[in-house]
Amino acid sequence: MNAKKRRRLYFALALLVAGAGGAGLVVYALQDNVLYFYSPSDIARKHIRPGVAFRVGGLVEKHSVQHEQGAAIGFVITDGASRIPVHYQGVLPALFREGQGVVAVGSLDDRGTFEASEILAKHDERYMPPDVVAALKRSGRWKEGQ
Amino acid sequence: MTGELGQLALCLALALAVVQSAAGLLGLRSQPMARVAAGAATGGFTFVVLAFGALVYGFVSSDFSIVDVADNSHTLKPLLYKITGVWGNHEGSMLLWVLVLSIYSAAIALFQRGGERLSTAALGVQGLLAVAFLLFILLTSNPFLRVDPMPFEGAGLNPLLQDPGLAFHPPTLYTGYVGLSATFAYAAAALITGDVDRAWARASRPFVLIAWIALTLGIAGGSWWAYYDLGWGGFWFWDPVENASLMPWLVATALLHSALATERTGAFRTWTLLLSIMAFSLSLIGTFLVRSGVIVSVHAFASDPERGVFILLILSAAILGALALFAWRAPKLESGASFAPASRETALLINNILLVTALAVVFIGTIYPILLAAFGVRLSVGGPYFDTFFGPLFVAMMIVLPFGPRLAWRMGDLKTAARQLLPALVAAIVAALIVLFAISPRTLLGAGIFAVAAWVIGASVVDAVLRMHARTLGVAAMAAIMAHAGLGITLMGIAGTTLWRAESLQVLAPGETMSIGGYSLRFEGVRTLFGPNYRAEHADLDVLSHARLIGHLAPERRMYPVEGQETVQTAIRSTGFEDLYVALGDDRGQGRWTIRAYVNPLAPFIWFGAAVMALGGAAALAARLRARFWSQSPSPAMERA
Repeated sequence: MNAKKRRRLYFALALLVAGAGGAGLVVYALQDNVLYFYSPSDIARKHIRPGVAFRVGGLVEKHSVQHEQGAAIGFVITDGASRIPVHYQGVLPALFREGQGVVAVGSLDDRGTFEASEILAKHDERYMPPDVVAALKRSGRWKEGQ
Repeated sequence: MTGELGQLALCLALALAVVQSAAGLLGLRSQPMARVAAGAATGGFTFVVLAFGALVYGFVSSDFSIVDVADNSHTLKPLLYKITGVWGNHEGSMLLWVLVLSIYSAAIALFQRGGERLSTAALGVQGLLAVAFLLFILLTSNPFLRVDPMPFEGAGLNPLLQDPGLAFHPPTLYTGYVGLSATFAYAAAALITGDVDRAWARASRPFVLIAWIALTLGIAGGSWWAYYDLGWGGFWFWDPVENASLMPWLVATALLHSALATERTGAFRTWTLLLSIMAFSLSLIGTFLVRSGVIVSVHAFASDPERGVFILLILSAAILGALALFAWRAPKLESGASFAPASRETALLINNILLVTALAVVFIGTIYPILLAAFGVRLSVGGPYFDTFFGPLFVAMMIVLPFGPRLAWRMGDLKTAARQLLPALVAAIVAALIVLFAISPRTLLGAGIFAVAAWVIGASVVDAVLRMHARTLGVAAMAAIMAHAGLGITLMGIAGTTLWRAESLQVLAPGETMSIGGYSLRFEGVRTLFGPNYRAEHADLDVLSHARLIGHLAPERRMYPVEGQETVQTAIRSTGFEDLYVALGDDRGQGRWTIRAYVNPLAPFIWFGAAVMALGGAAALAARLRARFWSQSPSPAMERA
């Protein structure tokens, strides 16, 4: 092996190590920064620690929306099988309605209330968030009564 | 009738695209064939323009016997949105895609850059792409399908798209996405003919520049739209759709720089080839992500799996074909010119490594949730992931950046460069000190970022002054100076808004006041107004500063009854240095409404910087065109750039 070839080999090896190290770091960082999607039934089944951020989706339960002090609001997300109380301080999306699909981003507090930092609703009356559709299908409530 | 004419024009365009690809690829050695390919390209262009015109006519005349028009238009829609509605839906936007593709083909045929052999082969590759996408349109997304009986009224256009800013967002982005098809075609042509030389790099450069300018403007425009139309006060959300446009931009930026070296000294030849292939591949992946319905967003029109599979097939064929060609031909190329560790090439190499790493970060974060979704795991990757990786990479790149223009090709002098850049270093230190001691809240991160921004902008000034003294400040040199300074300005804007934003959310009754970041907002109440095709809840707010009335803001929420959708119209008062941003929230009864207000310091810098960057790109393009049309050899100023 001549000097040129050896240099190339070292270069390739260094590149490989750097690449593998970089990929490892990226995947590691991903683990901490992904938001899993859970339905209210998932939350009831899995014991999710308070403070861990995730997304929850389902329907806004009828007659559950309560305006609290200031801009705060409370409501319940349900997938028909389980329900989860949600607390949110902020502007609601335009098409936030009782009985409609919704996705909330946030985490559970110590009392089991979902403290939402962001509420996403569809911006179209015909559209239902796909994650919500999947959650409703799993609990057997998709297209019920339609 | 026009619908059928459009359909016919599309079929003829397809036939000509077949001729173009066959003549371009098979007739490499024959001059008549080259002429056939060029003729087919211009002819195909004419027919695609006709088809597009037919669809525009259908929309403007509200011809609801065409399904596409009936599904996406409405007689009450303002004329502007009837026209822009042409590409506000899946079928029409694919036709726009092909229109832009055929414009580039016609341009290649017309200018024959890089000689007849190279441009003929490039036309062949472009022809293949046109065949694939015309087939896609005709087989799965025909915009001219008729409906019987004809509906009395159309279904309307997504109101989020009924916005003057967004109207020109798709054509701009497509000019960028598809512009990379030309560089892709030239790279493939160079591999086929074996002419991977400086002439090739020079030939494809204007196309890279046009695509890069368009992508820069398109991304900035999209982010501006998200800023004022979504009502969240943010300008970038690391949304998969945003990432889909950012990825080609990152590669195009890398390509712009590596092609410069290839053209100048012949260095990085294979790398430039690979980047050309990658850039368009990412455009195709972006098209797939956005158009196939894999990602749910305002951009995803099609949820028809058949279309997704078709685009996936085109995408795989193009990418794998090009990579196979690359793997087969590239090793036979002689290795590029050598250069010293301290040289312009090294600086460009670092730029490229960092840009491609940043690309990998965005790519992994975007693809990961989609891959996992196939295994039933549903998750999304949050903004912090992108911020922690992308941010430092970009800052690192900007620390190295100023050295590039000050180092000579092949062998530079690092010490002299460092000495020349001393004023920029002083500017950086001053900026950091100002941020640390004059702006609250005090942040080390802010000081660091402003130091880097001042370093880059200062270096641009240094570069301009030194070149002025040496009388080498040509248009091409100005281009780099502007583009780099623009990047620094944008960085300031991003840092300013993210680090020092003030936010307030209040429920206000008429007559009540809220204060935010030195302003007071007095709520006057909400009225209901009627637009041409919407009903608006219109809020009136007086803006006060030090108890003096300085302005008026009127945010709205609009309900579009035809489409059954609501949009938010924010109201922004900009001083050029900061934005007062107000969005109307929800009705809390008894005339009380939630009002969300932000003060975003330096927010206008984000888009101003992007505009300066694009202007830099335009200057580079102007320098090219001048060199082509006014003299046969590049001007001395350009050589030195």
